[in-house]
Amino acid sequence: MKELFAILIGAMFVENFVLSKFLGICPFLGVSKKTSTAVGMSGAVVFVLVLSQAVTWLINEYLLKPYSLEYLQTIAFILTIATLVQFVETVLKKLMPALYKALGVYLPLITTNCAVLGSALIFVERDYTFVESVVFGFAAGLGFTLALILFSGVRERLETADIPESFKGMPITLIAASLVSVAFIGFAGLVLP
Amino acid sequence: MAEKKSLGSVFFNGILKENPTLRLLLGMCPSLAVTTMAKNGLGMGAAATFVLVGSNLVISLIRKIVPDKVRIPVFITIIATFTTIVQMLLAAFLPEINKQLGIFIPLIVVNCIIFARAEMFAQKNGPLLSIMDALGMGAGFTLAITAIGSIREILGAGTWMGIPVTINLFEPATLFILPPGGFMVLGFLIALINKLTNKKKDPASAQGGSGCAAGCPGCSKAMHGGEA
Repeated sequence: MKELFAILIGAMFVENFVLSKFLGICPFLGVSKKTSTAVGMSGAVVFVLVLSQAVTWLINEYLLKPYSLEYLQTIAFILTIATLVQFVETVLKKLMPALYKALGVYLPLITTNCAVLGSALIFVERDYTFVESVVFGFAAGLGFTLALILFSGVRERLETADIPESFKGMPITLIAASLVSVAFIGFAGLVLP
Repeated sequence: MAEKKSLGSVFFNGILKENPTLRLLLGMCPSLAVTTMAKNGLGMGAAATFVLVGSNLVISLIRKIVPDKVRIPVFITIIATFTTIVQMLLAAFLPEINKQLGIFIPLIVVNCIIFARAEMFAQKNGPLLSIMDALGMGAGFTLAITAIGSIREILGAGTWMGIPVTINLFEPATLFILPPGGFMVLGFLIALINKLTNKKKDPASAQGGSGCAAGCPGCSKAMHGGEA
C-alpha cells in the first residue's frame, strides 16, 4: 500500500509528466487555452491512460515476454493504444452518449499523446506489477490534469496581457510554462520512501 | 501535381521556411526533453532523421497500393518498424547515447513531425522528392534541437559537447538544464525567429501560433476519418 501511495504522489508531483518529464507537451500547449477544454482533455487522458496501462501490461506479460518478443514492444504498444482509443470511442458513442459528448473530441488526439506510450514504456523500464502500473497510469493522468488546469488559468490571463509582437502566441506560452515548471521543481525535494 | 518542385527547394524548405521545431512547432516533446546537452540533440536528430527518411521512402513507394481507409494503421506500423530498427542500432553501437535518450527513442513513433510528413508529403509525392523532404525536415529538426541543446548546455553547465567553454566568464545557472530552462530557451528562440522573419514581411507564417495543435489534430482527424 505504501509503495502504491509513493507511486501516486511521485508520478503526480515529483515527476510530473508535463512539467518535468516533457511527455504530452502537444496537448498541453494545444488545448490549454480555456479551462473548459483543459478539463475535457484531462478527463479523456486519465480514462485512456488507466485503460491502456492495464491492456499494455497484460500484452507485455502474457504475449511478448513468454515468446521473448520484447523487441516488438514499441510496435505492439502503439498499435494497441491506437486500437484501444478507437474502441473506447465506439463504445462510448453507443453506450454513454453523454460522456462521449464531453470527451469525444479529445479522444482521437490521444493516440499521438506521448504520455500514453511513454507511461507504457516506463512500466516496462521499472518492472512494475499490474496494480502498480495501473496506479502509475492513473497518477500520471492526474498529474497531467493538474498541470493542464493550472496552466490554462495562467493562459486565460495572458490573453489580455500586453505582449511584444514577436512574443505573441507560442513564445510567451512557453515562457509562462517555464515559470509554472519552476514551481514544480519545488517538489523535487520531496523524498519518498 | 501542377508545379514541379526541385529537389533543392524541397530540401531547404525543411531547414528554413518550414522548420519543424521552430516554425511548424511539431515534435515539441523531444525538443524539450533531450536538449540538456548539445550531443543529445545531435543524437536525437540523427535518430529521427533516419526514421523520417525510411518511413517517407517506404510510404511514397507504397502510396498507390495502400487503400485510403487503412493508410493510418499502415503508416503507424511502418514508422514503428523504423523506430524499432533505430532503437536496436543505437543499443548495439551507441549504448551511451541510447541510455541518455532513454524512452524518447521509442517515442519517435508518436513524434508529430514524422506522421505529418507522411500524411502531407510522402503520400502525395514520388520517392526521390520524399527522401529529399525527409532529409530537409530531419536536418531542420537536428539543427534546431542541437541549437537549443547548445544554448542550454553552455548556460546551464558551462560546457559545449562536453568541453568546458565558460571557465571563468560566469557561473553556470543550473536552471537551464532543468525542465524550466527547456521551455524558456525554446520560447526565446521562437520569439527571435519571429522577430527576424517579421521584418521580411511574411504574414502567412509569421505567427507560428498553434502549429502543434493544428498539426496533431490534423493527423488524428485523418485517423478518425480513416477508420470510422
